Amino acid sequence: MRERHLLGLRELEISAIQQLLDDADAFVAGDRDAAATRQSLRGRTVVTLFYEPSTRTELAFEIAGRRLGAEVVRCDVDHSSVRKGESLVDTGRTLEALGGEVIVLRHPSAGACDLLARTVGCGIINAGDGMHEHPTQGLIDVLTVRQLRGRIAGLRVAIVGDIMHSRVARSALWGFSKLGAQVTFVGPPTLLPAGMQALGVETVSSLRQGLDGVDVVMALRMQCERQRGGDVASLAEYARDYKITSDVLVQLPPEVIVLHPGPVNLGVELDAAVAYGPQSALLRQVANGIAVRMAALQWVLNEVPSRSQEADRRETPLTSAVPANVH
Amino acid sequence: MGILIRGGEIIDPGSGTVVEADLLVDEGVVAAIAPRVDGRGHQVVDATGLLVAPGLVDMHVHLRDPGQTHKEDLRSGTMAAVRGGVTTIACMPNTAPPIDHPTVVEYIRSRAQAVGVCRVYAIGAITQGLAGQALAPIGSLATSGVVGLSDDGAAVANARLLQQAMRYAREADLPIIEHCEDRQLTDGGVMHEGLWSTTLGLRGIPSAAEEVIVARDLLLAEATGARLHIAHVSTAGSVRMIREAKARGMRVTAEVTPHHLVLTDEAVQGYDGNSKMNPPLRSADDIVALRAGLVDGTIDVIATDHAPHAVEEKLVEFDQAPFGVIGLETALGVVLTALVGEGVLPLARALQAMSTTPAAILGVRGGRLAVGAPADIVLIDLRRQWTVDVQTFASKSRNTPFEGWSLRGKAVLTLVGGQIKFSELPVEALS
Repeated sequence: MRERHLLGLRELEISAIQQLLDDADAFVAGDRDAAATRQSLRGRTVVTLFYEPSTRTELAFEIAGRRLGAEVVRCDVDHSSVRKGESLVDTGRTLEALGGEVIVLRHPSAGACDLLARTVGCGIINAGDGMHEHPTQGLIDVLTVRQLRGRIAGLRVAIVGDIMHSRVARSALWGFSKLGAQVTFVGPPTLLPAGMQALGVETVSSLRQGLDGVDVVMALRMQCERQRGGDVASLAEYARDYKITSDVLVQLPPEVIVLHPGPVNLGVELDAAVAYGPQSALLRQVANGIAVRMAALQWVLNEVPSRSQEADRRETPLTSAVPANVH
Repeated sequence: MGILIRGGEIIDPGSGTVVEADLLVDEGVVAAIAPRVDGRGHQVVDATGLLVAPGLVDMHVHLRDPGQTHKEDLRSGTMAAVRGGVTTIACMPNTAPPIDHPTVVEYIRSRAQAVGVCRVYAIGAITQGLAGQALAPIGSLATSGVVGLSDDGAAVANARLLQQAMRYAREADLPIIEHCEDRQLTDGGVMHEGLWSTTLGLRGIPSAAEEVIVARDLLLAEATGARLHIAHVSTAGSVRMIREAKARGMRVTAEVTPHHLVLTDEAVQGYDGNSKMNPPLRSADDIVALRAGLVDGTIDVIATDHAPHAVEEKLVEFDQAPFGVIGLETALGVVLTALVGEGVLPLARALQAMSTTPAAILGVRGGRLAVGAPADIVLIDLRRQWTVDVQTFASKSRNTPFEGWSLRGKAVLTLVGGQIKFSELPVEALS
């Protein structure tokens, strides 16, 4: 079984986070042709397995893999045997048997990547598992701020919106706080999760109070597909209290950075003037997505020798119900 | 030919007295208890250094038979029971078909007789089909021999229906065993609502989901005079309310599972489906309250809520996995190691909660070794070190949260009706 996966930032060593950020920065700074020439992942097979829709993340992983010379294959879940009821575990084992060395998984269930990591021999990269984590997004957010401010330690970050259902909020919390930033969660009382004070995270429902003195404002997409009735009265009601507008930003220093993982519900989380304005780092985040995912793929894959060396000495059990290394 | 259990430490859980003596089993009953009993003509079991206790009575077991026998059946479930020192089990009615009709009660009785290795009593449904809409035929179920009534898996959501059921149950002198949960507050939750559910990104089940129904059921039981037994208590708030009700003189009893006494919601880290059950594992503060409740008698019974599920059913995304863990083969070991061994609970009290009291609540014999009593006996080696290896279990299922645990204390011989149904004693000990 592989040891190295990228399942989340909460349990990732700070040194590993630093390495991933530095590798990503090198890809950003370096010549694009240089990466292509180095081809560090030539001959390796990357499979993307997305059970939820995605533009940025999925395409960034494909581009990132190809840029490093990997063979990138997309498993189109909606047209796969998942439609015939095939389980996640069997799907993962099938992809491994087809030669996949790393699976990039996005799934609506928290812990789906952990499940594959303990039942399948591939390296697993979490591209978003339910409400749990979205580690490459967290790295993008931290990297973006580090590029613009030169540091993370000592900065104050406010994350605004549907914290309860947001994997982006959780990964950002771990990424920023582990590198020394102070994180505040801001949102309606029904969307602020329980127990965060124990982690040293302030939770407030007043936008004005939550943004006071911050260096970074991260707006989150309203996770309508994960909410239950009764969380918010309406998007308009939410926007009234939590939309980041020019009026809101004018109260803050001009160097404040605005982040959003995308896609943006314009008029709900941000207005257009902010989304496309001078403090917005949204497009930089997207561009950083390629470099971060190149770093992630390289980090996960360079742990073991390439597939051809391993093929002879390991067989893949497709039918055993109890995997050898369930923990 | 009978069986002479020689030189063991015979414990009476009710009084706590322990006496080194011989115990003769003959014709299915305890024939004699004396300092020295003549063993001629009988099989002799050397019980030196072993505890001789009444066989355990587990009043909350899901046998999955009829209808879901890929998970467990009357044979495998009873074999699992005797391996855990359990000689009597009460099985829950959420089978397929459910135990909402005397014919199903009769099936269980006759099937258990044919293939089972311990005593099995059926718990009847409160509502038809467990659908929560119409009363099950409580009178007929009582006549057919059920020992309690429950819609376990769910509470009876309609308070008026529960009230009516309680009136029938009072007349039949059957306990109403309630799984206290407000489904609307649960709202799709899969683990305890708290810091860990937030951290792991899983929907949480608030403690209030259990407590609002505990409160409701206590009030209804008081109004109707029914005997209420609260299944698998998991929160400090529930313990507090039960304590207050008992102090007022109410006829309420309560049970707790071994896993709720030793595991917290932190165990869900890693998303192993074997940490998913309902009610969920809760906080350290809840464990403190549950243990205190056991010690002061607020909680009367330790019962496993043995809930088998096939391996492939649990090897899925955490939110998709069915709730439940097995417990028959680990309960005694876990209780002896984590509670008795740590000085949290006296040995006699633990055994009382696992035999004498549940037998009394169900109105069945058990929990006391006296001359004339059925020879349902377990020999326990309090010093035996063992490691939980689920692959060796008699249960068809493998969903235990205790895999790999090092435990101290184990049932090594189990007799039901005077017959040895399980033995791990060396051959030399049995002559």
